[in-house]
Amino acid sequence: MSDDDQQLRVAKIRNGTVIDHITGGQALNVLAILGIDGTGGDSVSVAMNMPSDRLGKKDIVKVEGKELSQNEVDVLSLIAPAATINIVRDFEVIEKARVERPSAVEGILECPNHNCISTVDEPVESRFAVVDDGVRCEYCDTIIRDDLPAHILAD
Amino acid sequence: MRHDHIISAKQLSRADIEAVLDHAADIAADPSAYADRHADTLLGLLFFEPSTRTKMSFTAAMKRLGGDIVDMGSVESSSVKKGESLADTVRVVEGYADALVLRHPMEGSAKMASEFVDVPLVNAGDGAGQHPTQTLLDLYTIRENAGFDDLTIGIMGDLKYGRTVHSLAHALTNVDARQHFISPESLQLPRSVRYDLHQEGAEVREHTELETVLPELDVLYVTRIQRERFPDESEYREVAGQYQIDSETLDAAKDDLTVMHPLPRVDEIAHDVDDTEYATYFEQAHNGVPVRMALLDLLLEANR
Ligand SMILES: [Zn+2]
Repeated sequence: MSDDDQQLRVAKIRNGTVIDHITGGQALNVLAILGIDGTGGDSVSVAMNMPSDRLGKKDIVKVEGKELSQNEVDVLSLIAPAATINIVRDFEVIEKARVERPSAVEGILECPNHNCISTVDEPVESRFAVVDDGVRCEYCDTIIRDDLPAHILAD
Repeated sequence: MRHDHIISAKQLSRADIEAVLDHAADIAADPSAYADRHADTLLGLLFFEPSTRTKMSFTAAMKRLGGDIVDMGSVESSSVKKGESLADTVRVVEGYADALVLRHPMEGSAKMASEFVDVPLVNAGDGAGQHPTQTLLDLYTIRENAGFDDLTIGIMGDLKYGRTVHSLAHALTNVDARQHFISPESLQLPRSVRYDLHQEGAEVREHTELETVLPELDVLYVTRIQRERFPDESEYREVAGQYQIDSETLDAAKDDLTVMHPLPRVDEIAHDVDDTEYATYFEQAHNGVPVRMALLDLLLEANR
């Protein structure tokens, strides 16, 4: 079964984003990063643990009516480093890109250290350097390895 | 030294460290030669938590360089109490002073504050984070007493929350010291410090008992285990008791062992150690002035 066939298993979208090659089992975290919980009314399709030559198992997320910001792509890259992002307009993939691990992410994650200056009311954004196996607060040095989506700042 | 701000011991290269320590040694040898060096210079002291000794040490250092200090005073009597942000406070005070010293209870505060000011800012302790000037005076003391060559050091006590330990461990990787960490399991080094030491290829061992490693040590650096880290008193007492040393403990040590402590101590070093050749903690505290003089002098000169 080719990747294209797999994509057909979930409904085609007219306009929006298809995130493919998500690390198997991470699709719901990807939705969390994108702030999508289904209440917005747009159609969202999720396929989990599909067979993949490259990843063994992969997830696919299709979101109607949404294109991703760079910030969203950056965090996405941390939990799904092999992900590809396809922008769809009028049922056609008009742009295809792989995510890249950024060297830092800003204003997206909240530091879990409650004694960190970035967590209080100061005029700075949280800032994390991306390290080998996680991210590290540029203010207090706290390292987050697991469960990054749990640290995403609420809007 | 080409740093605008001194935030973390991690930013100091071996060359930076040697430059400060060499300069401190020159100053200590002839302090009067530096007495007018920074006349008209004002150092702004922003201490958001009480630390009388560190504050006095910076005050003495600035005054011995011929300058003076402006002091924010206690937080209770300042606008900070009314909810002013740290970013605003430092931007206001930089207008009064040529350099700033910040002590703050939150980690990362010095780093953040430095992003808002143009005058040099020195971190005098940020929460459980970093305390680079303590590290420099520790290194000065180590170099004077044990040297940096082929150095084996044991660091004992609260390694999890002790910012002096975190700073020192980073700096010691620069001089290729063998580092032994001795602590209760619940107070071992935090993940971020282990990560750095690992990245830097440091030679590090962890122990729960001092006895196993004491005979190898050139330096034993003792820190206080704080009562408030433990849920109940009895648990604290059981743990803390294992990490107390007295002159008898040190019978197993090398003759030229150097015992250090950032002070104040409670009972982790018995008073009978004070009269031994090992005791170096008061000398260590005194070294704070020439070392801070050296650091301030280099920073102020570089930013003149
Ligand atoms: Zn932090």
